[in-house]
Amino acid sequence: MNKLISIDEAINHIEDGMTVMIGGFLAVGTPEKLVDALVEKGVKDLTIIANDTGFVDKGIGKLVVNKQAKKVIASHIGTNKETGRQMNEGELEVQLVPQGTLAEQIRAAGYGLGGILTSTGVGTVVEEGKKKIEVDGVEYLLELPIKADVALIKADKVDKKGNIRYNKTAKNFNPIMATAADIVIVEAEKIVETGELDPDDVMTPNIFTTYMVDGGAK
Amino acid sequence: MDKNQIKELIAKRVAKELHDGDVVNLGIGLPTLVANFIPDEIDVTFQSENGFVGLGPSPKEGEEDKDVSNAGGQYVTIKKGGATFDSGVSFGIIRGGHVDATVLGALQVDGEGNLANWMIPGKMVPGMGGAMDLVVGAKKVIVAMTHTAKGSPKILKECSLPLTAAGQVNLIITEMGVIEVTDKGLVLKELGPEVTVEDVKAATEAELIISDDLKTMEV
Repeated sequence: MNKLISIDEAINHIEDGMTVMIGGFLAVGTPEKLVDALVEKGVKDLTIIANDTGFVDKGIGKLVVNKQAKKVIASHIGTNKETGRQMNEGELEVQLVPQGTLAEQIRAAGYGLGGILTSTGVGTVVEEGKKKIEVDGVEYLLELPIKADVALIKADKVDKKGNIRYNKTAKNFNPIMATAADIVIVEAEKIVETGELDPDDVMTPNIFTTYMVDGGAK
Repeated sequence: MDKNQIKELIAKRVAKELHDGDVVNLGIGLPTLVANFIPDEIDVTFQSENGFVGLGPSPKEGEEDKDVSNAGGQYVTIKKGGATFDSGVSFGIIRGGHVDATVLGALQVDGEGNLANWMIPGKMVPGMGGAMDLVVGAKKVIVAMTHTAKGSPKILKECSLPLTAAGQVNLIITEMGVIEVTDKGLVLKELGPEVTVEDVKAATEAELIISDDLKTMEV
């Protein structure tokens, strides 16, 4: 099965109104080439799930600036003024989620869990509308799984079978998001032959990878 | 003291709270300075919530690794013996009680140990990032901040801004003193340089209990 496709072919899997998870932390570990192609294609009304909305000219922020999102679920939007402006003008719905909770909600979806219990957010606006569950005298919020139609992942290396190696702090949300979407598209800096990656260096096993694109290609 | 001297004083005093072997997360801004004042003989591991332990110094210009940044998005280095991980592990470390101390700034703190540092409704809504998890998960929560904002107290009877977490703050360190959050209320344990108890009281809205063993802040 050939999973290696062109960036254009990959982006054709993303349609108006879809929910898209995008890896990265303040644009470190964000699949920039896939984001650029998505900006070029101009699909609209996306629900974007990401740690943050990057910057106006870098990372996920470019999609917000191009008004392609109807909703953003993120832990931080402060580095991209346009996200805040669109939110204040009522053009964009923004749901702010504590970072660790967001990671666990995505993980729950990918790992087949019905939700997770966390103390984070108890006694704050984050608890509004959520079920509280007490376990051994500690109060937790029930946070529900978050999944997506498509996940866009940034890898250091991917082999042709789809095994992923990530580099340093470019991991962040990528390995978790790779488990929680129907279609997982990986942009790798380098595509290597199957067998070149040591199984112990593989953080995301090939079974999660739907497609990969060569992010190192000019 | 000018602004930088104030920040340095606070950071130096916070550094004295950290012990050999501690795992520590520093917030963005003033707390970041704390790393500069850890004595050589003390081994503190800094955790960065974007996904690593072993925060090293800033890289030289031209030697940045695009895949190594801190939680503020600045390029940094990872010390020998450091380790990287994904956001799941990172917040497992944080929520799971594996972080000994977190140092954060604040917009407001109150006598109940409540902290508000993530938004001003209608004005500034950057999002909480990892702050809510850090404050709930770290064993010790140290607020490091200037005592007042443009002359207005930040240590209040009750926070008026949306909370980051309820009742989690353990220690407040400012240029005017060191204040411990206890079951009985806020206890002033140390006085900053060149200030009196009356000065601190006047700059603090919350009730202060003055420690019987009140000391001068040493850094």
